[in-house]
Amino acid sequence: MNRSKRRTGRRHPLATVALLALGLVFTGGAYAALNSTTAAQAEAEPTSQETIDEGKKLFQANCATCHGLEAQGTGNGPSLIGVGAASVDFQVGTGRMPMQMQGPQAQQKPPQFTDEQVKQLAYYVASLGPGPDIPADHLVNGGGDAANGAELFRINCAMCHNVAGAGGALTEGKFAPPLTDVSGVHIYEAMVTGPQNMPVFNDLNITPEDKRDIITYLQYIQDNRSPGGFELGSLGPVAEGLFIWIFGLGAIVAITVWITAKSN
Amino acid sequence: MAQDDHSGTELAAADSSHAAQEFAGSTGTAVIPQDAFTNPGFEPHRPRVTDEDPKRQKRAQRTVYTLFYLSVLGSVWAIAAYMLFPIESNDVGAVRLNNMFVGLGIALALLGIGFGAVHWGKSLMTSAEAIDIRHPIGSSQATQQGAVEVLREADEESGFSRRTVIRNSLIAALLAVPLPAVVLFRGLAPQDQLPVELLSHTMWAQGTRLALDPSGVPIKASDVTIGSAFHVIPEGLNDLEHGRLEEKAKAAVLLMRLDPSELNEQPDRASWSYDGIVAYSKICTHVGCPVALYEQHTHHLLCPCHQSQFDVANHCEVIFGPAKRPLPQLPIAVDDEGYLIAQSDFTEPVGPSFWERN
Amino acid sequence: MTTAPTQSPAPAKRTFTAAASEYVNDRTGIAVAIKGLGRKAFPDHWSFLLGEVALFSFIIVLLSGTFLTFFFQASMAEVHYDGSYVPLKGVEMSVAMASTLDISFDIRGGLFVRQMHHWAALLFVAAIGLHMLRVFFTGAFRKPREINWVFGFILFILAMAEGFTGYSLPDDLLSGNGLRIIDGMIKGFPIIGTWTSFLFFGGEFPGTAIVGRLYTLHILLLPALVVALIAVHVGYVFIHKHTQFAGPGREPTNSVGPPILPIYAAKAGGFMFLIWGVVSVIAALFTINPIWNYGPYDPSPVSAGTQPDWYIGFADGALRLIPPGWEFVWLDRTWSFNILVPVIAIGIFILLVVLYPFIEAWIKGDKREHHIADRPRNAPTRTAIGAAGVTFYAGLWAAAASDLIATHFSLTMEGVIHALQATVILGPIIAYFITKRVCLALQKKDREIVLHGYESGRIVKLPGGEFIEVHQPLDEYERWRLVSYNSYEPLMLRPNARGKITMGQRVRAGLSRWFFEDRIAPVTRGELEAAHSTQHH
Repeated sequence: MNRSKRRTGRRHPLATVALLALGLVFTGGAYAALNSTTAAQAEAEPTSQETIDEGKKLFQANCATCHGLEAQGTGNGPSLIGVGAASVDFQVGTGRMPMQMQGPQAQQKPPQFTDEQVKQLAYYVASLGPGPDIPADHLVNGGGDAANGAELFRINCAMCHNVAGAGGALTEGKFAPPLTDVSGVHIYEAMVTGPQNMPVFNDLNITPEDKRDIITYLQYIQDNRSPGGFELGSLGPVAEGLFIWIFGLGAIVAITVWITAKSN
Repeated sequence: MAQDDHSGTELAAADSSHAAQEFAGSTGTAVIPQDAFTNPGFEPHRPRVTDEDPKRQKRAQRTVYTLFYLSVLGSVWAIAAYMLFPIESNDVGAVRLNNMFVGLGIALALLGIGFGAVHWGKSLMTSAEAIDIRHPIGSSQATQQGAVEVLREADEESGFSRRTVIRNSLIAALLAVPLPAVVLFRGLAPQDQLPVELLSHTMWAQGTRLALDPSGVPIKASDVTIGSAFHVIPEGLNDLEHGRLEEKAKAAVLLMRLDPSELNEQPDRASWSYDGIVAYSKICTHVGCPVALYEQHTHHLLCPCHQSQFDVANHCEVIFGPAKRPLPQLPIAVDDEGYLIAQSDFTEPVGPSFWERN
Repeated sequence: MTTAPTQSPAPAKRTFTAAASEYVNDRTGIAVAIKGLGRKAFPDHWSFLLGEVALFSFIIVLLSGTFLTFFFQASMAEVHYDGSYVPLKGVEMSVAMASTLDISFDIRGGLFVRQMHHWAALLFVAAIGLHMLRVFFTGAFRKPREINWVFGFILFILAMAEGFTGYSLPDDLLSGNGLRIIDGMIKGFPIIGTWTSFLFFGGEFPGTAIVGRLYTLHILLLPALVVALIAVHVGYVFIHKHTQFAGPGREPTNSVGPPILPIYAAKAGGFMFLIWGVVSVIAALFTINPIWNYGPYDPSPVSAGTQPDWYIGFADGALRLIPPGWEFVWLDRTWSFNILVPVIAIGIFILLVVLYPFIEAWIKGDKREHHIADRPRNAPTRTAIGAAGVTFYAGLWAAAASDLIATHFSLTMEGVIHALQATVILGPIIAYFITKRVCLALQKKDREIVLHGYESGRIVKLPGGEFIEVHQPLDEYERWRLVSYNSYEPLMLRPNARGKITMGQRVRAGLSRWFFEDRIAPVTRGELEAAHSTQHH
């Protein structure tokens, strides 16, 4: 194949750097893999009564003020019966819950619980009534069809989250958050549960495979930086216009001042 | 002091030089004091360091040619980068490198010439200023009269003002002659169609199934859970040979399910929804952007282009923004197999307002 | 200088250059142009180069655009994309979109040229805008340059039209929604709207004709007009000679600056390369209009943050600022004031901009040629009007980014819109008064400096025990810069020859009063002498 021939025939000047980087990635990857296997062992068993009991304790200590002792809901928080493990994993796993204060919408912040505690809470809530479950690994690992995902993303998601997942404004101070750096699991869970004001995209609207494709697309644009260079936040013409006025024209005006300054 | 228009002879102070008389004109309401300052003339010329210090001159010279050679280097690098960073198919990263390195090479080539030339001009070329004398822009009196004379003679010889019958007929002919060209532009749009007719109908008809955008898979009422938003096209749209996008631009629909208790329906439209499932045109009644930002708890729909907001719970009336009319509702029902179908076409034209809309 | 008159004593020693020059001159008479223009003076000030920024960025646009035409195909026929960009593989799109993607991903350097073209286009319009502001605030539109102001203004409009037609060519989701908005606006026009849209799009929106039509406008008709008008515009700069700021030796009757050959040529020529270089750096490092993110146009999807390029922003913003409900049915016809009001408001604004030189000339009645540029402070009312106009424009412009302002400053979009509605109406008035006061204050300060000199910061004790700060007097050159301007006074209403006061005169007097009621006259010799004599007592 001429492709491999080309590869041997050409030594990229950055090849050494790339090699180094690759080595580092592999070493890091090995560590990560090791860590994740140990994490998987310690991970909460969904079915075990112990997990649910632990979750219940955590719930009553941290969530019951607003959601009620039996998660039945109060004036300050909705009932969680039937929201499913996915909803809890999303809300607590992204730090949106427990909520810091009332506002237009719950803000993302560093998670307040460990992964294990999040899972315990999630399975406790799941035990109260049937609801969407935490998605299986193969649905969120980015192995799908990016082109199909991109098309579905444009039709179902881009109007709020922007075509490049940069986020956007909603009414009365609410907003659709940026999707860059959101894990595939959380994106999947958001789609099936419809957190905050986001509509629900159930499996009959967007099938699990389609959801996998959407996640694949988002991962593609995260992994492949824009071929044109810096993205300026992917905000579109407004960012481009500000850039040309401030930096483009700014640089040029500085040059005009230099050109016409009297030399000493 | 409080005169309005001065005469030209008073023009003095600012225009003290002899040529000023040529520029004489009314000064209007400008105030020209008799004891205004006069122009002190040019400042003595100040030499630059490069004019006096041969060392500095040498250094400036070195800087200039270094910059020009840097430019050559940039050009060579750009060509080299073109070959060193080929675009491999399916590799976006390669495009990024190609763009960056070819671009930076060209940039260096251009900036080298630019900085070099300007520096040369600033530091080494003689710095004396030139002085041009301005002359009034308007032609002299004699030339003006000459021009008037030419025109008068031409008029005389042709009889343009005299033979009014001929002149008027020519004007009429010249006015009429562009009209056929204007009429030709009717052909810009199909001859056998009328826009108002087209704008008043969409692809929706009685019994057309609601299908998912873009796959075209029909939707069952039971698929639409509370809080859902489905982006909908009429079934069969994807099979259209012609005009798929034109039909889609009118027929795109957003399907939502609310808790029926939260839905405040007009009595005459109570039958247009199905168990809390409502379908509204996705095309904004302002200027036609897709209104697709649905908030499932507030039931607000937001248009991302101009921020019009519609309240789905209240038959999509406008609650904010420049739109006036509610989004048109598509009456829906369920067929024997449980699929959602349209009861009819929209009962009013969808999308932006137009003159003959009523 | 290669074409120096050939007075070579020995014909045998004639150089090739001399022979070639003579050959060309005998057939073109070019020597006249070189002798006439070569030593023309070009006044030096950084702001005088802004027009050149526009010109040179237009040259980039022209060159890079020509390269792009070799690859771009302005067809709306549907194809399945099979180029390099994975997330669009197999997606149905128009040939226009697919060929633009191929330019970006499958032609080496294609993306660079595309990005240069787009960045340079943004810079082109921005530079025109800044150039217009410079001309406005220095009064460089006064006689004899009023008509050239109009030509320049038309160029600004043409540049925006060039920009918008180009923005729409790739047939991507962003520009498609932009065209959708244009379609909606056209349809909102009374009587002609529906048919105009129908003819423009060649049938129903989006149709299959619009990209081809815009392409013809974009690469044929509009550039031809722009090139022709630039020739006229720059030609008049030569005829009028450039304005200059007041300074020692600078008279209304001369033009002082570095000669075109060689200094100006070196600086302006170098400047051209510098602008190209700056645009290259930007194009090499910063993404613009990533159509691969937007995807092909489809009437159903839309992206958050759908905005036009910056120069159309003010119009988009104007649409956003209209409150709900401005649409009526009257006489069985739909009157879309939510579209007409922004269009009319912008129309009036534009008309005022283009007519301003004529209005000011009429109010002043000053028929002299003006070649000395005003310092903005010395024309306080004009500067204040300019500031009001800028505020109005900026309010509309910001409104086009209302959603991004809301998300980035944690505000509500409703709050942003309401604040900008207030800005567009009240902002210009506030800006007017503040600017006018600042100008008058600066003029007063200039008078102080001329009369009493600069504060030197040196405190001395007088024999009587009194402390005073020593003021450093100005030299005559510095003084001249501060006193060489005309102030204008309000027009006195006088009956004309027939003993009548016409309506026109009344209006003119009213406007004149508004313009020149507050005026600070330049210091005269007498005043300076008086100041000196009081100082010494």
